[in-house]
Amino acid sequence: MKQLLILSGKGGTGKTTIASAFIKLSDAKAYADCDVDAPNLHLIIKWNSQPEKTDYYGLPKAEINLELCIECDQCKQNCRFDAIKKVDSHYKVDSFACEGCGVCEYVCPVQAITLKPAVAGELMLYSDEEKVFSTAQLKIGSGTSGMLVTEVKKQMKSAAVDSEIAIIDGSPGIGCPVIASLSGVNMVLIVAEPSISGISDMERIINTAAKFGTKTAVCVNKCDTNIENTEKIEQFCEKQGLPFVGTIPFDTKAVKAINNGQTIVDIDCTPGKAVKEVYNKTINLLFEKGDG
Amino acid sequence: MGNSPHWMKSMPNFMDRETIDMKIAVLSGKGGTGKTLISVNLAATRTSTYIDCDVEEPNGHLFFKPKGVQEEEISVRIPKVNNELCNGCRKCVDLCKFNALAYIKNNLIVFDDVCHSCGGCTLVCHEKALTEKEKVIGKVQKGISSEVTVWTGILNTGEATGISIIRKLLAEDNHHGDRLTFIDCPPGSSCIVMESIKDADYCVLVAEPTLFGVHNLNMVYELVKLFDKPFGVVLNKFLEEENPAEKFCLERKIKILGRIPFDNEMGTLNSNAEIAVNKSDKYRELFSSLLDTVIKEVQHEAITNS
Repeated sequence: MKQLLILSGKGGTGKTTIASAFIKLSDAKAYADCDVDAPNLHLIIKWNSQPEKTDYYGLPKAEINLELCIECDQCKQNCRFDAIKKVDSHYKVDSFACEGCGVCEYVCPVQAITLKPAVAGELMLYSDEEKVFSTAQLKIGSGTSGMLVTEVKKQMKSAAVDSEIAIIDGSPGIGCPVIASLSGVNMVLIVAEPSISGISDMERIINTAAKFGTKTAVCVNKCDTNIENTEKIEQFCEKQGLPFVGTIPFDTKAVKAINNGQTIVDIDCTPGKAVKEVYNKTINLLFEKGDG
Repeated sequence: MGNSPHWMKSMPNFMDRETIDMKIAVLSGKGGTGKTLISVNLAATRTSTYIDCDVEEPNGHLFFKPKGVQEEEISVRIPKVNNELCNGCRKCVDLCKFNALAYIKNNLIVFDDVCHSCGGCTLVCHEKALTEKEKVIGKVQKGISSEVTVWTGILNTGEATGISIIRKLLAEDNHHGDRLTFIDCPPGSSCIVMESIKDADYCVLVAEPTLFGVHNLNMVYELVKLFDKPFGVVLNKFLEEENPAEKFCLERKIKILGRIPFDNEMGTLNSNAEIAVNKSDKYRELFSSLLDTVIKEVQHEAITNS
Protein backbone atom coordinates (compact mmCIF):
# COMPACT_ATOMS: atom_id res chain seq x y z
CA MET A 1 0.00 0.00 0.00
CA LYS A 2 1.38 3.39 -1.03
CA GLN A 3 0.42 6.07 1.43
CA LEU A 4 -0.01 9.67 0.31
CA LEU A 5 -0.25 12.29 3.05
CA ILE A 6 -1.69 15.74 2.37
CA LEU A 7 -0.26 18.59 4.47
CA SER A 8 -0.08 22.36 4.29
CA GLY A 9 1.53 23.97 7.33
CA LYS A 10 -0.96 26.82 7.22
CA GLY A 11 -4.58 25.99 7.92
CA GLY A 12 -7.38 26.54 5.45
CA THR A 13 -5.35 26.15 2.27
CA GLY A 14 -7.54 23.31 1.01
CA LYS A 15 -6.10 20.04 2.32
CA THR A 16 -9.48 18.39 2.80
CA THR A 17 -10.87 19.77 -0.48
CA ILE A 18 -7.96 18.20 -2.34
CA ALA A 19 -7.85 15.01 -0.27
CA SER A 20 -11.55 14.38 -0.94
CA ALA A 21 -11.05 14.95 -4.68
CA PHE A 22 -8.09 12.54 -4.67
CA ILE A 23 -10.15 9.89 -2.87
CA LYS A 24 -12.83 10.15 -5.57
CA LEU A 25 -10.33 10.17 -8.45
CA SER A 26 -8.28 7.23 -7.17
CA ASP A 27 -11.28 5.31 -5.89
CA ALA A 28 -9.02 4.62 -2.91
CA LYS A 29 -9.96 1.60 -0.86
CA ALA A 30 -8.32 3.05 2.22
CA TYR A 31 -8.25 6.61 3.52
CA ALA A 32 -7.94 8.46 6.79
CA ASP A 33 -8.39 11.86 8.40
CA CYS A 34 -5.44 12.59 10.68
CA ASP A 35 -6.61 16.09 11.57
CA VAL A 36 -7.93 14.70 14.84
CA ASP A 37 -8.21 18.17 16.34
CA ALA A 38 -10.62 19.42 13.64
CA PRO A 39 -11.65 16.51 11.39
CA ASN A 40 -13.72 17.46 8.35
CA LEU A 41 -13.23 14.75 5.74
CA HIS A 42 -16.31 12.82 6.93
CA LEU A 43 -18.45 15.83 5.98
CA ILE A 44 -17.51 15.37 2.31
CA ILE A 45 -16.94 11.65 1.92
CA LYS A 46 -20.20 10.34 3.21
CA TRP A 47 -21.00 6.82 4.27
CA ASN A 48 -24.48 5.38 4.58
CA SER A 49 -23.42 3.12 7.40
CA GLN A 50 -22.50 4.13 10.93
CA PRO A 51 -18.86 3.94 12.00
CA GLU A 52 -17.56 1.53 14.55
CA LYS A 53 -16.58 3.70 17.52
CA THR A 54 -13.86 3.04 20.09
CA ASP A 55 -12.83 5.20 23.02
CA TYR A 56 -9.29 6.43 22.77
CA TYR A 57 -7.37 6.45 26.02
CA GLY A 58 -4.52 8.92 26.08
CA LEU A 59 -2.14 9.09 28.99
CA PRO A 60 -3.71 8.56 32.42
CA LYS A 61 -4.56 11.41 34.78
CA ALA A 62 -3.53 11.71 38.41
CA GLU A 63 -6.13 11.56 41.16
CA ILE A 64 -5.61 12.47 44.81
CA ASN A 65 -7.34 10.61 47.60
CA LEU A 66 -7.95 13.41 50.09
CA GLU A 67 -8.52 10.96 52.94
CA LEU A 68 -4.95 9.78 52.61
CA CYS A 69 -3.37 13.12 51.67
CA ILE A 70 -1.19 14.61 54.42
CA GLU A 71 -0.76 17.92 52.56
CA CYS A 72 3.03 17.63 52.38
CA ASP A 73 3.08 19.64 49.13
CA GLN A 74 5.57 17.23 47.48
CA CYS A 75 3.33 16.56 44.49
CA LYS A 76 2.78 20.25 43.83
CA GLN A 77 6.48 21.05 44.12
CA ASN A 78 7.53 18.29 41.75
CA CYS A 79 4.88 18.71 39.07
CA ARG A 80 6.42 20.37 36.02
CA PHE A 81 3.03 21.04 34.44
CA ASP A 82 1.44 23.13 37.22
CA ALA A 83 -1.27 20.51 37.34
CA ILE A 84 -1.57 20.32 41.12
CA LYS A 85 -3.51 23.16 42.67
CA LYS A 86 -4.18 23.95 46.28
CA VAL A 87 -7.83 24.94 46.59
CA ASP A 88 -9.15 25.80 50.08
CA SER A 89 -6.22 23.95 51.65
CA HIS A 90 -7.01 20.82 49.62
CA TYR A 91 -4.84 19.49 46.83
CA LYS A 92 -6.53 19.03 43.47
CA VAL A 93 -5.39 17.85 40.04
CA ASP A 94 -6.15 20.06 37.06
CA SER A 95 -6.91 17.25 34.63
CA PHE A 96 -6.39 19.49 31.60
CA ALA A 97 -2.87 20.40 32.68
CA CYS A 98 -1.95 16.88 33.87
CA GLU A 99 0.15 15.01 31.33
CA GLY A 100 0.05 11.71 33.20
CA CYS A 101 3.80 11.54 33.84
CA GLY A 102 3.34 9.88 37.23
CA VAL A 103 5.89 12.00 39.10
CA CYS A 104 3.33 12.96 41.76
CA GLU A 105 2.41 9.32 42.29
CA TYR A 106 6.09 8.53 42.74
CA VAL A 107 6.89 11.32 45.21
CA CYS A 108 3.77 10.94 47.35
CA PRO A 109 4.96 9.45 50.69
CA VAL A 110 1.52 8.07 51.62
CA GLN A 111 0.33 6.62 48.28
CA ALA A 112 -2.54 9.09 48.11
CA ILE A 113 -2.12 9.55 44.36
CA THR A 114 -3.04 7.07 41.66
CA LEU A 115 -3.07 7.41 37.90
CA LYS A 116 -6.46 6.69 36.39
CA PRO A 117 -7.14 5.90 32.72
CA ALA A 118 -8.77 8.81 30.89
CA VAL A 119 -10.66 8.97 27.61
CA ALA A 120 -8.98 11.56 25.38
CA GLY A 121 -10.97 11.07 22.21
CA GLU A 122 -12.88 8.73 19.98
CA LEU A 123 -11.74 6.60 17.07
CA MET A 124 -14.18 5.96 14.23
CA LEU A 125 -13.90 3.31 11.54
CA TYR A 126 -16.22 3.16 8.55
CA SER A 127 -15.87 -0.06 6.59
CA ASP A 128 -17.56 -2.41 4.15
CA GLU A 129 -16.34 -5.30 1.97
CA GLU A 130 -14.46 -2.88 -0.24
CA LYS A 131 -13.34 0.21 1.60
CA VAL A 132 -12.18 1.60 4.91
CA PHE A 133 -12.20 5.13 6.24
CA SER A 134 -10.44 5.77 9.54
CA THR A 135 -10.99 9.00 11.47
CA ALA A 136 -11.10 10.30 15.04
CA GLN A 137 -12.05 13.23 17.19
CA LEU A 138 -9.79 14.42 19.95
CA LYS A 139 -11.56 15.51 23.12
CA ILE A 140 -11.63 19.28 23.57
CA GLY A 141 -8.66 20.69 25.43
CA SER A 142 -6.81 17.40 25.23
CA GLY A 143 -3.15 16.71 24.51
CA THR A 144 -1.62 13.52 23.09
CA SER A 145 -2.95 14.25 19.61
CA GLY A 146 0.14 12.60 18.09
CA MET A 147 -0.71 9.27 19.73
CA LEU A 148 -4.27 9.47 18.42
CA VAL A 149 -2.97 10.17 14.90
CA THR A 150 -0.85 7.02 15.15
CA GLU A 151 -3.97 5.07 16.20
CA VAL A 152 -5.96 6.44 13.23
CA LYS A 153 -3.29 5.23 10.82
CA LYS A 154 -2.96 1.87 12.56
CA GLN A 155 -6.72 1.41 12.41
CA MET A 156 -6.75 2.17 8.68
CA LYS A 157 -3.91 -0.22 7.91
CA SER A 158 -5.24 -3.12 9.94
CA ALA A 159 -8.72 -2.86 8.41
CA ALA A 160 -7.67 -2.25 4.79
CA VAL A 161 -7.58 -5.26 2.54
CA ASP A 162 -5.47 -5.07 -0.52
CA SER A 163 -5.53 -1.34 -1.22
CA GLU A 164 -3.00 -0.07 -3.72
CA ILE A 165 -3.19 3.45 -2.44
CA ALA A 166 -4.15 5.17 0.80
CA ILE A 167 -4.97 8.88 0.98
CA ILE A 168 -4.39 10.58 4.33
CA ASP A 169 -5.68 14.05 5.14
CA GLY A 170 -3.28 15.72 7.58
CA SER A 171 -3.51 18.49 10.12
CA PRO A 172 -2.18 22.06 10.01
CA GLY A 173 1.01 23.11 11.77
CA ILE A 174 4.33 21.32 12.18
CA GLY A 175 3.98 19.85 15.68
CA CYS A 176 3.19 16.46 17.19
CA PRO A 177 0.12 15.45 15.12
CA VAL A 178 1.95 16.33 11.90
CA ILE A 179 5.11 14.50 12.95
CA ALA A 180 3.03 11.45 13.92
CA SER A 181 1.22 11.53 10.57
CA LEU A 182 4.53 11.61 8.65
CA SER A 183 5.86 8.33 9.97
CA GLY A 184 5.62 5.52 7.44
CA VAL A 185 4.03 7.46 4.57
CA ASN A 186 5.53 7.17 1.07
CA MET A 187 4.99 10.74 0.01
CA VAL A 188 3.69 14.12 1.12
CA LEU A 189 1.72 16.51 -1.06
CA ILE A 190 1.85 20.05 0.26
CA VAL A 191 -1.10 22.29 -0.54
CA ALA A 192 0.32 25.81 -0.51
CA GLU A 193 -1.57 29.09 -0.62
CA PRO A 194 -0.17 32.06 -2.55
CA SER A 195 0.13 34.48 0.37
CA ILE A 196 3.19 35.68 2.28
CA SER A 197 1.90 33.75 5.31
CA GLY A 198 1.26 30.68 3.16
CA ILE A 199 4.79 30.75 1.74
CA SER A 200 6.37 31.08 5.19
CA ASP A 201 4.29 28.17 6.51
CA MET A 202 5.01 26.08 3.42
CA GLU A 203 8.75 26.47 3.95
CA ARG A 204 8.41 25.33 7.56
CA ILE A 205 6.40 22.22 6.64
CA ILE A 206 8.85 21.37 3.82
CA ASN A 207 11.70 21.55 6.36
CA THR A 208 9.77 19.37 8.76
CA ALA A 209 9.05 16.70 6.11
CA ALA A 210 12.72 16.85 5.03
CA LYS A 211 13.86 16.13 8.60
CA PHE A 212 11.94 12.87 8.40
CA GLY A 213 13.25 12.15 4.91
CA THR A 214 9.82 12.01 3.30
CA LYS A 215 9.46 12.57 -0.44
CA THR A 216 7.59 15.83 -0.97
CA ALA A 217 5.72 17.53 -3.83
CA VAL A 218 3.98 20.92 -3.84
CA CYS A 219 0.82 22.28 -5.45
CA VAL A 220 -0.77 25.73 -5.12
CA ASN A 221 -4.45 26.15 -4.34
CA LYS A 222 -6.39 29.37 -5.06
CA CYS A 223 -3.46 30.18 -7.39
CA ASP A 224 -5.20 33.10 -9.11
CA THR A 225 -5.79 35.02 -5.85
CA ASN A 226 -2.17 36.18 -6.03
CA ILE A 227 -0.34 35.28 -9.23
CA GLU A 228 2.98 36.83 -8.15
CA ASN A 229 3.09 34.74 -5.00
CA THR A 230 2.13 31.62 -6.98
CA GLU A 231 5.15 32.25 -9.22
CA LYS A 232 7.34 32.71 -6.16
CA ILE A 233 6.26 29.31 -4.86
CA GLU A 234 6.99 27.68 -8.22
CA GLN A 235 10.45 29.28 -8.31
CA PHE A 236 11.10 28.23 -4.73
CA CYS A 237 10.31 24.60 -5.60
CA GLU A 238 12.53 24.70 -8.64
CA LYS A 239 15.40 26.05 -6.55
CA GLN A 240 14.91 23.40 -3.88
CA GLY A 241 14.54 20.63 -6.45
CA LEU A 242 11.02 19.83 -5.23
CA PRO A 243 8.50 18.54 -7.77
CA PHE A 244 5.82 21.16 -8.46
CA VAL A 245 2.67 19.33 -9.47
CA GLY A 246 0.38 22.17 -10.52
CA THR A 247 -2.01 24.93 -9.59
CA ILE A 248 -5.71 25.04 -8.79
CA PRO A 249 -7.70 28.25 -9.30
CA PHE A 250 -10.25 29.75 -6.90
CA ASP A 251 -13.92 29.40 -7.78
CA THR A 252 -16.95 30.09 -5.58
CA LYS A 253 -18.50 27.01 -7.24
CA ALA A 254 -15.94 24.91 -5.38
CA VAL A 255 -16.99 26.47 -2.07
CA LYS A 256 -20.62 25.71 -2.89
CA ALA A 257 -19.81 22.11 -3.76
CA ILE A 258 -18.09 21.63 -0.41
CA ASN A 259 -21.01 23.28 1.42
CA ASN A 260 -23.32 20.79 -0.30
CA GLY A 261 -21.15 17.93 0.87
CA GLN A 262 -19.69 17.24 -2.59
CA THR A 263 -16.10 17.03 -3.77
CA ILE A 264 -14.86 19.46 -6.42
CA VAL A 265 -14.67 16.63 -8.97
CA ASP A 266 -18.37 15.85 -8.48
CA ILE A 267 -19.36 19.09 -10.21
CA ASP A 268 -18.30 20.85 -13.38
CA CYS A 269 -15.84 23.58 -12.32
CA THR A 270 -12.34 24.77 -13.20
CA PRO A 271 -10.78 23.73 -9.86
CA GLY A 272 -12.21 20.23 -10.45
CA LYS A 273 -10.45 20.04 -13.82
CA ALA A 274 -7.20 21.44 -12.46
CA VAL A 275 -7.12 19.01 -9.54
CA LYS A 276 -7.20 16.08 -12.00
CA GLU A 277 -3.88 17.19 -13.46
CA VAL A 278 -2.40 17.67 -10.01
CA TYR A 279 -3.66 14.19 -9.15
CA ASN A 280 -2.10 12.54 -12.21
CA LYS A 281 1.29 14.09 -11.59
CA THR A 282 1.19 13.22 -7.90
CA ILE A 283 0.26 9.59 -8.58
CA ASN A 284 3.10 9.26 -11.09
CA LEU A 285 5.54 10.44 -8.44
CA LEU A 286 4.01 8.22 -5.78
CA PHE A 287 4.40 5.09 -7.93
CA GLU A 288 7.76 6.10 -9.40
CA LYS A 289 10.21 3.25 -9.63
CA GLY A 290 13.15 3.15 -7.30
CA ASP A 291 11.05 4.34 -4.43
CA GLY A 292 11.01 2.16 -1.36
CA MET B 1 -14.45 33.29 37.51
CA GLY B 2 -15.51 34.57 40.92
CA ASN B 3 -12.95 37.33 41.20
CA SER B 4 -13.25 40.54 39.22
CA PRO B 5 -11.02 40.51 36.17
CA HIS B 6 -7.80 42.39 36.72
CA TRP B 7 -8.55 44.99 34.05
CA MET B 8 -11.57 46.24 36.02
CA LYS B 9 -9.16 48.30 38.04
CA SER B 10 -8.87 50.52 35.01
CA MET B 11 -12.61 50.82 34.43
CA PRO B 12 -13.04 54.41 35.68
CA ASN B 13 -10.65 55.52 32.97
CA PHE B 14 -12.40 53.39 30.43
CA MET B 15 -12.67 56.14 27.86
CA ASP B 16 -8.98 56.82 28.09
CA ARG B 17 -7.89 54.40 25.45
CA GLU B 18 -4.29 54.16 26.60
CA THR B 19 -5.15 52.60 29.93
CA ILE B 20 -7.34 49.72 28.84
CA ASP B 21 -5.89 46.58 30.36
CA MET B 22 -7.69 43.76 28.62
CA LYS B 23 -6.66 40.50 27.04
CA ILE B 24 -8.54 39.41 23.97
CA ALA B 25 -7.86 35.99 22.46
CA VAL B 26 -8.68 35.38 18.80
CA LEU B 27 -9.31 31.75 17.91
CA SER B 28 -11.01 29.39 15.49
CA GLY B 29 -11.22 25.62 15.27
CA LYS B 30 -10.36 25.59 11.62
CA GLY B 31 -7.17 27.04 10.20
CA GLY B 32 -7.22 29.77 7.58
CA THR B 33 -10.44 31.40 8.73
CA GLY B 34 -8.77 34.75 9.37
CA LYS B 35 -7.48 34.71 12.96
CA THR B 36 -4.31 36.54 12.03
CA LEU B 37 -6.13 38.97 9.71
CA ILE B 38 -8.50 39.94 12.51
CA SER B 39 -6.08 40.05 15.41
CA VAL B 40 -3.44 41.99 13.43
CA ASN B 41 -5.94 44.55 12.17
CA LEU B 42 -7.62 44.97 15.55
CA ALA B 43 -4.23 45.47 17.20
CA ALA B 44 -3.13 47.97 14.55
CA THR B 45 -6.07 50.30 15.23
CA ARG B 46 -4.79 51.24 18.73
CA THR B 47 -1.78 51.32 20.99
CA SER B 48 -1.63 47.67 21.90
CA THR B 49 0.28 44.45 22.33
CA TYR B 50 0.02 41.64 19.83
CA ILE B 51 1.08 38.13 20.86
CA ASP B 52 1.42 35.40 18.25
CA CYS B 53 0.79 32.10 20.04
CA ASP B 54 0.56 30.13 16.80
CA VAL B 55 4.15 29.05 17.40
CA GLU B 56 4.04 26.28 14.79
CA GLU B 57 3.20 28.71 12.02
CA PRO B 58 3.64 32.28 13.30
CA ASN B 59 2.56 34.81 10.70
CA GLY B 60 1.70 38.03 12.56
CA HIS B 61 5.30 39.29 12.35
CA LEU B 62 5.13 39.06 8.54
CA PHE B 63 2.44 41.75 8.67
CA PHE B 64 3.89 43.95 11.42
CA LYS B 65 7.52 43.70 10.27
CA PRO B 66 8.61 44.75 13.77
CA LYS B 67 11.77 46.79 14.37
CA GLY B 68 14.37 46.51 17.11
CA VAL B 69 13.69 42.82 17.47
CA GLN B 70 15.17 41.18 20.57
CA GLU B 71 15.06 37.45 20.89
CA GLU B 72 15.46 34.84 23.54
CA GLU B 73 15.93 31.13 23.06
CA ILE B 74 13.46 28.84 24.78
CA SER B 75 14.64 25.52 26.14
CA VAL B 76 13.15 22.55 27.84
CA ARG B 77 14.96 20.29 30.29
CA ILE B 78 15.75 16.79 29.07
CA PRO B 79 17.72 14.01 30.76
CA LYS B 80 21.39 13.33 30.14
CA VAL B 81 22.83 9.91 30.92
CA ASN B 82 26.15 9.07 32.50
CA ASN B 83 26.39 5.39 31.61
CA GLU B 84 29.36 4.91 33.93
CA LEU B 85 27.13 5.63 36.92
CA CYS B 86 24.12 3.72 35.59
CA ASN B 87 23.69 0.35 37.30
CA GLY B 88 21.02 -0.85 34.90
CA CYS B 89 18.20 -0.93 37.47
CA ARG B 90 15.70 0.33 34.83
CA LYS B 91 13.66 2.25 37.41
CA CYS B 92 13.69 5.29 35.10
CA VAL B 93 12.58 3.18 32.13
CA ASP B 94 9.67 1.81 34.17
CA LEU B 95 8.64 5.24 35.45
CA CYS B 96 8.71 7.05 32.08
CA LYS B 97 5.18 7.06 30.67
CA PHE B 98 6.34 8.53 27.39
CA ASN B 99 8.73 5.70 26.45
CA ALA B 100 11.53 8.22 26.22
CA LEU B 101 14.08 5.91 27.87
CA ALA B 102 15.31 2.45 26.94
CA TYR B 103 17.98 0.18 28.36
CA ILE B 104 19.58 -1.62 25.44
CA LYS B 105 22.82 -3.63 25.44
CA ASN B 106 23.96 -2.32 28.83
CA ASN B 107 23.33 1.25 27.80
CA LEU B 108 20.63 3.68 28.86
CA ILE B 109 19.35 5.63 25.87
CA VAL B 110 17.21 8.81 25.86
CA PHE B 111 14.84 9.59 22.99
CA ASP B 112 14.86 13.40 23.20
CA ASP B 113 11.94 13.92 20.82
CA VAL B 114 9.37 12.08 22.91
CA CYS B 115 10.54 13.36 26.31
CA HIS B 116 7.93 15.55 28.05
CA SER B 117 10.46 17.06 30.48
CA CYS B 118 8.58 15.81 33.54
CA GLY B 119 11.84 15.24 35.46
CA GLY B 120 10.66 11.87 36.78
CA CYS B 121 13.70 9.90 35.62
CA THR B 122 16.17 12.14 37.45
CA LEU B 123 14.07 11.86 40.62
CA VAL B 124 13.94 8.09 40.53
CA CYS B 125 17.66 7.53 39.80
CA HIS B 126 19.57 6.93 43.03
CA GLU B 127 22.87 6.44 41.23
CA LYS B 128 22.88 10.04 39.96
CA ALA B 129 23.36 8.63 36.48
CA LEU B 130 20.72 10.99 35.16
CA THR B 131 21.05 14.76 35.18
CA GLU B 132 19.23 17.36 33.15
CA LYS B 133 20.42 19.50 30.29
CA GLU B 134 18.75 22.30 28.37
CA LYS B 135 17.51 21.66 24.86
CA VAL B 136 16.57 24.64 22.70
CA ILE B 137 13.18 24.11 21.04
CA GLY B 138 12.49 27.58 19.69
CA LYS B 139 12.52 31.26 20.51
CA VAL B 140 10.52 34.27 21.57
CA GLN B 141 10.91 37.59 19.78
CA LYS B 142 9.82 41.05 20.80
CA GLY B 143 9.76 44.06 18.51
CA ILE B 144 7.93 47.31 17.86
CA SER B 145 5.75 48.19 14.89
CA SER B 146 4.59 51.82 15.28
CA GLU B 147 2.10 51.70 18.21
CA VAL B 148 2.11 47.94 18.56
CA THR B 149 4.43 45.79 20.65
CA VAL B 150 4.77 42.55 18.76
CA TRP B 151 5.58 39.26 20.51
CA THR B 152 6.25 36.20 18.39
CA GLY B 153 6.85 32.62 19.45
CA ILE B 154 8.63 30.36 17.00
CA LEU B 155 8.89 26.58 17.41
CA ASN B 156 11.86 24.95 15.68
CA THR B 157 10.90 22.57 12.90
CA GLY B 158 10.96 18.93 13.97
CA GLU B 159 9.93 19.78 17.56
CA ALA B 160 6.67 18.29 18.80
CA THR B 161 5.23 20.92 21.09
CA GLY B 162 5.56 24.64 21.63
CA ILE B 163 3.59 24.76 24.83
CA SER B 164 6.56 26.10 26.83
CA ILE B 165 7.00 28.88 24.26
CA ILE B 166 3.34 29.86 24.63
CA ARG B 167 3.71 29.89 28.43
CA LYS B 168 6.76 32.13 28.13
CA LEU B 169 4.98 34.54 25.76
CA LEU B 170 1.99 34.93 28.06
CA ALA B 171 4.12 35.23 31.20
CA GLU B 172 6.18 37.98 29.58
CA ASP B 173 3.03 39.82 28.68
CA ASN B 174 1.77 39.65 32.25
CA HIS B 175 4.86 41.53 33.37
CA HIS B 176 4.08 44.33 30.99
CA GLY B 177 0.32 44.60 31.68
CA ASP B 178 -1.93 47.67 31.55
CA ARG B 179 -2.45 47.37 27.85
CA LEU B 180 -4.91 46.21 25.32
CA THR B 181 -3.54 42.81 24.33
CA PHE B 182 -4.46 40.57 21.44
CA ILE B 183 -3.60 36.90 21.53
CA ASP B 184 -3.48 35.24 18.10
CA CYS B 185 -4.12 31.55 18.91
CA PRO B 186 -3.15 28.36 17.09
CA PRO B 187 -5.94 26.56 15.22
CA GLY B 188 -7.86 23.69 16.77
CA SER B 189 -9.18 23.10 20.27
CA SER B 190 -6.40 21.04 21.84
CA CYS B 191 -4.07 21.69 24.76
CA ILE B 192 -2.11 24.45 23.00
CA VAL B 193 -5.26 26.49 22.36
CA MET B 194 -6.37 25.96 25.93
CA GLU B 195 -3.02 27.28 27.13
CA SER B 196 -3.35 30.36 24.88
CA ILE B 197 -6.77 31.41 26.16
CA LYS B 198 -6.12 30.63 29.84
CA ASP B 199 -5.62 34.26 30.90
CA ALA B 200 -7.85 35.89 28.30
CA ASP B 201 -10.65 38.18 29.46
CA TYR B 202 -12.60 37.62 26.27
CA CYS B 203 -12.51 35.28 23.28
CA VAL B 204 -13.23 36.30 19.72
CA LEU B 205 -14.16 33.26 17.62
CA VAL B 206 -13.55 33.69 13.91
CA ALA B 207 -15.81 31.68 11.60
CA GLU B 208 -15.98 31.29 7.86
CA PRO B 209 -19.21 30.57 6.02
CA THR B 210 -18.48 26.98 5.04
CA LEU B 211 -19.59 23.57 6.19
CA PHE B 212 -16.09 22.98 7.60
CA GLY B 213 -16.13 26.40 9.23
CA VAL B 214 -19.31 25.62 11.17
CA HIS B 215 -18.20 22.17 12.21
CA ASN B 216 -14.97 23.60 13.66
CA LEU B 217 -16.68 26.68 15.13
CA ASN B 218 -18.78 24.28 17.16
CA MET B 219 -15.59 22.84 18.68
CA VAL B 220 -14.13 26.15 19.84
CA TYR B 221 -17.59 27.13 21.02
CA GLU B 222 -17.53 24.05 23.25
CA LEU B 223 -14.01 24.96 24.38
CA VAL B 224 -14.83 28.52 25.49
CA LYS B 225 -17.96 27.28 27.24
CA LEU B 226 -15.94 24.60 29.02
CA PHE B 227 -13.51 27.23 30.29
CA ASP B 228 -16.28 29.66 31.11
CA LYS B 229 -14.84 32.41 28.92
CA PRO B 230 -17.04 35.24 27.67
CA PHE B 231 -17.00 35.20 23.87
CA GLY B 232 -18.50 36.44 20.63
CA VAL B 233 -18.18 35.52 16.96
CA VAL B 234 -16.81 37.43 13.98
CA LEU B 235 -18.18 36.21 10.66
CA ASN B 236 -15.33 36.46 8.19
CA LYS B 237 -15.47 36.16 4.38
CA PHE B 238 -19.10 37.25 4.69
CA LEU B 239 -21.24 36.94 1.56
CA GLU B 240 -24.83 38.04 1.07
CA GLU B 241 -26.10 34.51 0.82
CA GLU B 242 -26.90 31.65 3.10
CA ASN B 243 -24.24 31.58 5.80
CA PRO B 244 -24.10 28.36 7.81
CA ALA B 245 -21.91 30.03 10.46
CA GLU B 246 -24.39 32.88 10.93
CA LYS B 247 -27.22 30.38 11.21
CA PHE B 248 -25.25 28.48 13.86
CA CYS B 249 -24.85 31.68 15.93
CA LEU B 250 -28.46 32.79 15.57
CA GLU B 251 -29.78 29.38 16.60
CA ARG B 252 -27.66 29.40 19.75
CA LYS B 253 -28.13 33.12 20.48
CA ILE B 254 -24.38 33.67 20.22
CA LYS B 255 -23.31 37.29 20.06
CA ILE B 256 -22.21 38.24 16.53
CA LEU B 257 -19.56 40.93 16.99
CA GLY B 258 -19.22 41.83 13.36
CA ARG B 259 -19.16 40.76 9.76
CA ILE B 260 -16.05 41.12 7.59
CA PRO B 261 -17.19 41.07 3.98
CA PHE B 262 -15.56 38.79 1.42
CA ASP B 263 -13.58 41.30 -0.57
CA ASN B 264 -10.90 40.81 -3.23
CA GLU B 265 -9.09 44.03 -2.30
CA MET B 266 -8.67 42.97 1.31
CA GLY B 267 -7.79 39.46 0.16
CA THR B 268 -4.95 40.81 -1.96
CA LEU B 269 -3.67 43.09 0.82
CA ASN B 270 -3.77 40.17 3.21
CA SER B 271 -2.03 37.74 0.87
CA ASN B 272 0.76 40.31 0.47
CA ALA B 273 1.05 40.56 4.28
CA GLU B 274 -0.17 44.17 4.33
CA ILE B 275 -2.16 45.48 7.30
CA ALA B 276 -5.49 46.53 5.79
CA VAL B 277 -6.24 49.27 8.37
CA ASN B 278 -2.99 51.02 7.46
CA LYS B 279 -3.86 50.98 3.77
CA SER B 280 -7.36 52.34 3.70
CA ASP B 281 -9.73 54.37 5.92
CA LYS B 282 -12.53 52.06 4.89
CA TYR B 283 -10.86 49.14 6.65
CA ARG B 284 -9.72 51.30 9.58
CA GLU B 285 -13.36 52.20 10.24
CA LEU B 286 -14.46 48.59 9.89
CA PHE B 287 -11.94 47.29 12.43
CA SER B 288 -12.24 50.28 14.80
CA SER B 289 -15.95 49.73 15.07
CA LEU B 290 -15.41 45.99 15.54
CA LEU B 291 -12.96 46.74 18.36
CA ASP B 292 -15.42 49.17 19.98
CA THR B 293 -18.02 46.41 19.93
CA VAL B 294 -15.59 43.93 21.47
CA ILE B 295 -14.57 46.35 24.23
CA LYS B 296 -18.20 47.11 25.03
CA GLU B 297 -18.90 43.39 25.24
CA VAL B 298 -16.03 42.83 27.65
CA GLN B 299 -17.30 45.73 29.77
CA HIS B 300 -20.81 44.32 29.68
CA GLU B 301 -19.60 40.85 30.70
CA ALA B 302 -17.71 42.35 33.63
CA ILE B 303 -20.78 44.18 34.89
CA THR B 304 -23.17 41.26 34.54
CA ASN B 305 -20.71 38.92 36.24
CA SER B 306 -19.73 41.18 39.12
